[in-house]
Amino acid sequence: MRNIWIICRKELHSYFVSPIAYLLLTMFAVIMGFFFWNVLGYFVFLGMESQMRGEMYPMNVNEQVIRPLLSNMSVVGLFLIPMITMRLFAEEKRTGTIELLATSPVRDAEVILGKWLAAVILYGCMMLLTSLNFVFIFKYGNPDWKPLAVAYLGLLLQAAALLAIGTFISTLTRNQIIAGAATFGVCLLLWVLGWVSGYETATWAQVLSYMSVITHFESFAKGVLDSKDAVFYLTLTFLGLFFTARSMESLRWRS
Amino acid sequence: MITVKEVTKRYARNTAVDHISFEVEKGRIVGFLGPNGAGKTTTMRMLTCFLPPTSGTATVAGFDVLEQPLEVKKRIGYLPELPPLYLEMRTVEYLTFVGKLKGLSGTELRQRVDTVCERCAIPDVKKKLLAKLSKGYRQRVGLAQAIIHNPEVLILDEPTAGLDPKQINETRDLIKGLAGDHTIILSTHILPEVEQTCQQVIIINKGKLVATDSVNNLQSRARGAESVLVEVAGRNGDLDAAMVQQRLEKVAGVSRVAFKEKRQNRSTFEVESQKDRFLRGDLARAVVESGWDLNELRPSAVSLEEIFLQLTGEQPAPPGEEPAAKGAGK
Repeated sequence: MRNIWIICRKELHSYFVSPIAYLLLTMFAVIMGFFFWNVLGYFVFLGMESQMRGEMYPMNVNEQVIRPLLSNMSVVGLFLIPMITMRLFAEEKRTGTIELLATSPVRDAEVILGKWLAAVILYGCMMLLTSLNFVFIFKYGNPDWKPLAVAYLGLLLQAAALLAIGTFISTLTRNQIIAGAATFGVCLLLWVLGWVSGYETATWAQVLSYMSVITHFESFAKGVLDSKDAVFYLTLTFLGLFFTARSMESLRWRS
Repeated sequence: MITVKEVTKRYARNTAVDHISFEVEKGRIVGFLGPNGAGKTTTMRMLTCFLPPTSGTATVAGFDVLEQPLEVKKRIGYLPELPPLYLEMRTVEYLTFVGKLKGLSGTELRQRVDTVCERCAIPDVKKKLLAKLSKGYRQRVGLAQAIIHNPEVLILDEPTAGLDPKQINETRDLIKGLAGDHTIILSTHILPEVEQTCQQVIIINKGKLVATDSVNNLQSRARGAESVLVEVAGRNGDLDAAMVQQRLEKVAGVSRVAFKEKRQNRSTFEVESQKDRFLRGDLARAVVESGWDLNELRPSAVSLEEIFLQLTGEQPAPPGEEPAAKGAGK
């Protein structure tokens, strides 16, 4: 436990002394800020329109602002996750510091969990920054906070799963760019897999669609905590970390 | 302290280490010697539990590297060929991190960080970013990292590679200073380093153990009789090398005189004595009494280099090259 925290703090330190953390935080905040402005603008436009026409559309902040915003956020996350995980092991392998970790009295599992945890914490910071947007909604509107909390939990679970996959891919190479590009590809694939269900209803299409990380976020975005989706993310996280451990082990036997 | 038995490391296409066995006693400095690609690093990596051996057993401080890697790792300090530095950290941060990894904490950790900084002569760069340190300082921080938890065994992979001569000397002194409380294995392909620092040598070549012995034993094993280099100069004008050679051969106890080279009025000979005869005095007298000048007289000690070449079965350097270089300097 102590070792996990030591590794995690070291990783966070590397994120925050280099521009990576600030770049990611800024990019995420700016993009989400833009989406917020956009979605809110549309919402206000709809409101004005309904008043001018004199007929009342059913207006709902949760459904019409928060939900699309969070769905966007889960997709934007896909693009940034490779940038968080690509260096985790690839850099250590390139600079040879992996030898220090591998010859210190710490278990592989502790190293992996520490690194993954640091990535999750960084992503958590990025999410926290976007919550500023919602502060405005709470100030000027009256949304329900519970669906928002569930959606944030969903975002975190989704990120944890993708970060675990990214961590695994990072152990496969010593080149950060390859690790980043491969993770990006996998993330994209896990997103677009869901699209098949749009025109195909066969079993294989359902299976593919089930594997899509975005499909599983939909109920979270609605504010519904479905154990099926939570289990999906947790399983993916576990698999990612498990493969990382296997990969670390095979590194020793191959190298 | 360290026992290696029939250890083999095989990769898909080649065998990096082939049935190596040796033992290292507590408190000794052992030089691990071999040309590039001989399997030094692989052997060290197996001892540090970084790589598992394909077959055979290795134990460090009584713990098997495969069975109890965590116990072995606790007792080992390892400096890989490239110091494993996180360049975005400052020296103190880095050493503190490594200390924590090795299980230190609290006041003990702070004390150890100070001690190793003192010991490795890096207190002046404590607050500097590792990325800004020069090669020599990086090496020293690497060494500080290896000894932070006061390990029983130190494994250093080419600790002096890439350093300037002054830094090399400092590093060697540092390593010598660490002997006693630590058992040290250091690898190198530089032979004088072993002669100067180590008590025991393990020579490997192409993955196979060639020799393991103390430095002194190895030297005397390769040297049967004493051999000296004599440079003689004519007083005025030319010198007849053949005459000198004849004169030298007449000295009692000389078994062989070999003419090495002639430059202007100076000639150099290599004189070999019979076993257990020391005849530098006799040689000097013979030269001077014949009316020549004795410019130089020195033992051509068999260096580890020659032993090494003999043992690894490679071609020695062409004879006469080294003395010529010395003579030209005058």
